[in-house]
Amino acid sequence: MTGLERRLAAANLIVALVALFGGVTTGIFQALEYAGVEIYPSLAPFVRSHYHSVSMHGVLNALVFTTFFICGFVPFIFSRALGAPLACPRLAWWTFWFMTAGLVLAAIPLVGNAATVMFTFYPPLKAHWAFYLGLTLVVAGTWLVTLNLVVSWRAWRARNAGVPTPLAAFMSLVTFAMWSIASLGLAAEMLFMLIPWSLGLVGGTDALLARTLFWFTGHPIVYFWLLPAYISWYTLVPRQAGGKLFSDPMARTSFMLFLVLSTPIGIHHQYTDPGIHQGWKLLHALFTFAVFFPSLLTFFNVVASLETGGRARGATGWVNWFGRLPWSDPSLSAQVLAMILFAFGGVGGLINASFNVNMVVHNTAYIVGHLHLTVGTAVTLTFMGISYWLVPHLAGRALWSRSLALVQVWLWFGGMLIFSPTLHELGLRGMPRRTMIGHVSYMQPQWKALLPLVGIGGAIVFLSALLYFLNMVLTVTVSRRAPQPAPEFADALSGPDHAPAFLDRWRPWLVASAVLIVIAYGPTLVRLVTTTPLNTPGLRVW
Amino acid sequence: MAARRPSTVYLWELAWILPSIALPVSMLTALAVTALGAGITVVGDRGRVDSTKVAEHPLFKEPGVTEIAPGQYEVRLTGQIWSFAPNEIRVPAGSTVHFWATSRDLVHGLLVPRHNVNVMLLPGQISHAQARFDTPGEYPIICHEYCGVAHHTMAGKIIVEAKR
Repeated sequence: MTGLERRLAAANLIVALVALFGGVTTGIFQALEYAGVEIYPSLAPFVRSHYHSVSMHGVLNALVFTTFFICGFVPFIFSRALGAPLACPRLAWWTFWFMTAGLVLAAIPLVGNAATVMFTFYPPLKAHWAFYLGLTLVVAGTWLVTLNLVVSWRAWRARNAGVPTPLAAFMSLVTFAMWSIASLGLAAEMLFMLIPWSLGLVGGTDALLARTLFWFTGHPIVYFWLLPAYISWYTLVPRQAGGKLFSDPMARTSFMLFLVLSTPIGIHHQYTDPGIHQGWKLLHALFTFAVFFPSLLTFFNVVASLETGGRARGATGWVNWFGRLPWSDPSLSAQVLAMILFAFGGVGGLINASFNVNMVVHNTAYIVGHLHLTVGTAVTLTFMGISYWLVPHLAGRALWSRSLALVQVWLWFGGMLIFSPTLHELGLRGMPRRTMIGHVSYMQPQWKALLPLVGIGGAIVFLSALLYFLNMVLTVTVSRRAPQPAPEFADALSGPDHAPAFLDRWRPWLVASAVLIVIAYGPTLVRLVTTTPLNTPGLRVW
Repeated sequence: MAARRPSTVYLWELAWILPSIALPVSMLTALAVTALGAGITVVGDRGRVDSTKVAEHPLFKEPGVTEIAPGQYEVRLTGQIWSFAPNEIRVPAGSTVHFWATSRDLVHGLLVPRHNVNVMLLPGQISHAQARFDTPGEYPIICHEYCGVAHHTMAGKIIVEAKR
């Protein structure tokens, strides 16, 4: 571990947090709009419409903040776990600048209202070509991160023959391997459809083929966001809680299952799409329920690890270990609260995945509620918790205020507890997502009563975010200078020596992953690619 | 702390793993029963329509409502920025309505809350949904996919009339 990984992590975190600031700021506009507050006229010319705001909110939070945070945190923790620097430092910096250049390229049309197409950018909505090209460069940059991790791991392996890969490094590799496979769908959509079409090289596009390629990546991307949070929950949080990781082999098993099962399930986002046979949809439902299994393993293992922490701190009963956790540590509090809301997010996800039941919730506000529990809390609040030690560590300054951080964490939790269930309920009452609800021509009385709660919950979360940024800015500028140690990795009750050897082999798992993808996607993609005329013209109607 | 020996970890793991397999399997079984047994299913592959020649397709030449059998209505519907055609559908209470739909331009959605009508309208594809309307009243037809700056104005209604 050298200064390189620290500087690299810092650079990525700066980009991530700037994006998050833009993302949460545009978020509050929508929450207020739902609650009936006329806000957009006063925001012109920066925010041109509700949909401009939603597009910025989604892209900056879900695509930019997550990706850059992950590309900062994961290589950092990977290098720390191996006790070795990244093998290609120049490549690492090139990667960062490459991704940042892509981000700037995409951000210009996004902010300029030339890419008001949401973070799903479904054609025939046609954004400026720079938006598609920029995002593609960001994705290609993540492949370079994978390359760097793999080369570094092989170098480490050559020096440490027979030693099991340290858990955090193993998990980092799984995360980026999974993502590199999964992102091929998005890359194909960009390179063969959206970029040539937006440049005018081909005349038309096709909605279904584009959506199918998009969701090939669009579901596994949530695991690309989640697995780094899991890395923290598995390898750092148990120690932060004063305990040990319950089972290292079970943790490795769940990650390998994520590698295999994350991708062949994307069509569960397309249950309501015409043009795909129900049989394939049902198969994707089956695989989606299979990926629930490693999620349950994670739930058990992480909670059991927290329990060892509570017991080590003197708890004896069945339940009181939970209260004995070191709740005064904002990093731990943030992540445990993130886990609690994620449990509900997981249950909601099963409902979304349930084939015909999905018709009750698809594209309604329910999905927005779900996303804010998962990426909006499980991932975001965990990343905030990580940054409560990582940013002081990188800056060499103490966290400016622990108590402000604790207030922030609980406000996020409380705000989401109002915001998210309200949106779930509104979805069940038939309210569509991504819609300027305050101005719809079909307002229903059963929505109207709940809408103020969206504004209130959203405002609390926004306040929490502001306190977070205040604390971060003051930490890196004026806080007391003192070296801040990073948390050590947790020991395990059942360690890597208990893991079966096949968990440290890659080929069978990568082959299994490829086989399942071919089974789940092969026939549908071959049929669509060979029979679809790309003849639908694009439109820019925002 | 009464430290758990590593050996007991296996027992705890097993005690968790078995229900963790049983739970998704039983949920999936319930799902398969409703889908295959009770026939509550999502839209499938209903064929293509040339997105540039929607008006020439027999289904969509004349969007509208037709009674195809007693109590059975066929709705041929197109979505376009920012309206549905037809945008008002009248059927008597107790009718089953079969929707055949597509989009003339962008991706749109077709949502009738609480009636299991929730399907995407994609240019180039034919969508299908069906629902029974028993209670007289007015129900919104909502476009639930972002389709440009006036997306929130894209809606229609189904008026279910009391039986004469």
